[in-house]
Amino acid sequence: MRGRKGWSLGLAGLLSPVTFWLGLFFLVPLLLILAYSFGTSGVYGGITLGFNPGNYLKVFDPLYLEIVVRTFIIAGINTLLCLLLGYPLAYFIAFKGRRWRNILILMVMVPFWTSFLIRAYAWVVILNGNGIANKTLQFLGLTSEPINLIYTPGAVTLGMMYAYLPFMILPLYAALEKFDGRLKEAAQDLGASKWHTFWRVTFPLSMPGVIAGSILVFIPSAGEFVIPNLLGGSRTVMMGNLVQQQFLQARDWAFGSALAMMLAALLLAAILFYVRRVGTDELEGA
Amino acid sequence: MTVKSGPVQKGMSRVSDRALLIFAGLIYLFLYAPIGIVMFFSFNSAKSTQNFAGFSTRWYGELLRDQTVLDAFQNSLFVGVIATAIATVIGTLTALALSRHEFRGKTFADSSIYAATVMPEIVVGVSLLVFFVAAGVGLGITTIVIAHVAFTISFVTIVVRARLSGMDRSLEEAAQDLGASPMQTFWRVTLPLILPGVMAGAMLAFTLSFDDFVITFFVSGVGSSTLPLKIYSMLKFGVTPVINALSTVVVLTTLVIILGASRFLAGSDDTKGS
Repeated sequence: MRGRKGWSLGLAGLLSPVTFWLGLFFLVPLLLILAYSFGTSGVYGGITLGFNPGNYLKVFDPLYLEIVVRTFIIAGINTLLCLLLGYPLAYFIAFKGRRWRNILILMVMVPFWTSFLIRAYAWVVILNGNGIANKTLQFLGLTSEPINLIYTPGAVTLGMMYAYLPFMILPLYAALEKFDGRLKEAAQDLGASKWHTFWRVTFPLSMPGVIAGSILVFIPSAGEFVIPNLLGGSRTVMMGNLVQQQFLQARDWAFGSALAMMLAALLLAAILFYVRRVGTDELEGA
Repeated sequence: MTVKSGPVQKGMSRVSDRALLIFAGLIYLFLYAPIGIVMFFSFNSAKSTQNFAGFSTRWYGELLRDQTVLDAFQNSLFVGVIATAIATVIGTLTALALSRHEFRGKTFADSSIYAATVMPEIVVGVSLLVFFVAAGVGLGITTIVIAHVAFTISFVTIVVRARLSGMDRSLEEAAQDLGASPMQTFWRVTLPLILPGVMAGAMLAFTLSFDDFVITFFVSGVGSSTLPLKIYSMLKFGVTPVINALSTVVVLTTLVIILGASRFLAGSDDTKGS
């Protein structure tokens, strides 16, 4: 049954706190950086509003373009790796988990809710010069002395995969869990092999989960700044680090705002893509 | 299962099931081992974070003697409790509005709620920084609380709304048929029924607030360091067992709250209508 229709005093009462808080402390700040992104930064950190597209064009400067391209490559590889590792696990929990399903999915959620900073820090401990990774490599005889593992694009990708894997598994599981097992049986009764059944039936039906998971991994990876800060050093700078630098060190708020708006626009594009492909029902449901 | 699955296919599926099981085990190992290593070395008696010399709690003792850590812990708790209280009330009201009413602008309201959960944290952080500076508000505990409420409201809304959508409406209708006012119906029927969802939402809001680094990083001022900010500033001086100990405390705190929240959610399944 559907809810009551139209606006009423009661509804206005229920919605006014969230309108106030998210309006003033989420939407207005976003509009503010949108305005700033078209402004001009003064020499001493002030900003003059106007319509200056220069801040957006600045990303085509080779110096910054390299960072933007690197960001997309790392975020893209991370999304792909999370999908490759996350799908089999989500499949396992949904179809083979039986009565341990809830515990298995809770075990994915615990790291999801655990401090991001500490999870990135854990890899600093593992990958640093005398860390466990180097010890293991030497023990196995693969290297004779500590090699440089931390402060590389590889370290950043690994740290990101670790941080974002649960973001991929949870929507995949949600999509697979709804799956009607009889469809698989029907396909196999009609003579499809297991491999065929998976690619022609199971996988296409799990597409909403694949798309949602990819968005949930790609968007925050592209805006990540803690992981490249801790694991990337000065040579693996990403867009997030650039934004942080513009706001806290360079004090070029106009350029920083333009970079932040580009990350927000990326999210908007991803959501529109999702709504077109999957529809809004999924959003309202879970 | 199927008429066609002869012994060959059964054998195949046993092999692929085994492979899937091993793969799943390795993924869980990957998810837990790094945090496990940090926790393990927090009990190391030596200063090294590579060689385990023996069991000791000396780093926890050092934590307790560090006043800046205790101050940060107090700040984190204060921010977490206040932000959670505000976000839970606002989020619950929002969930009630969205699940019980059809109105113009609902799609916009829905999209804003979801946008707030997936917006890259750095964008939220810098936009709030710009906003507070433009409004002339000094950065400190207050701005951290405001920011934390802003990014946790949506999570509470989603959790409570899920609970509401699975709820049997006939109980509320019965109460109203029996002459209860809308207010009475809410306090005596609706709220008790959605309470597990509200509690779970509150606990998730608290852990999000307690663990947040990025947004807090941009909206904090001098003397308003929270635990994650403290850990970050300690990290700049290198990896030490004290950071391992502090990380262990933060992880265990989160773990206790998450397990509590999951109990609320699991318990709520039994009482779900329809």
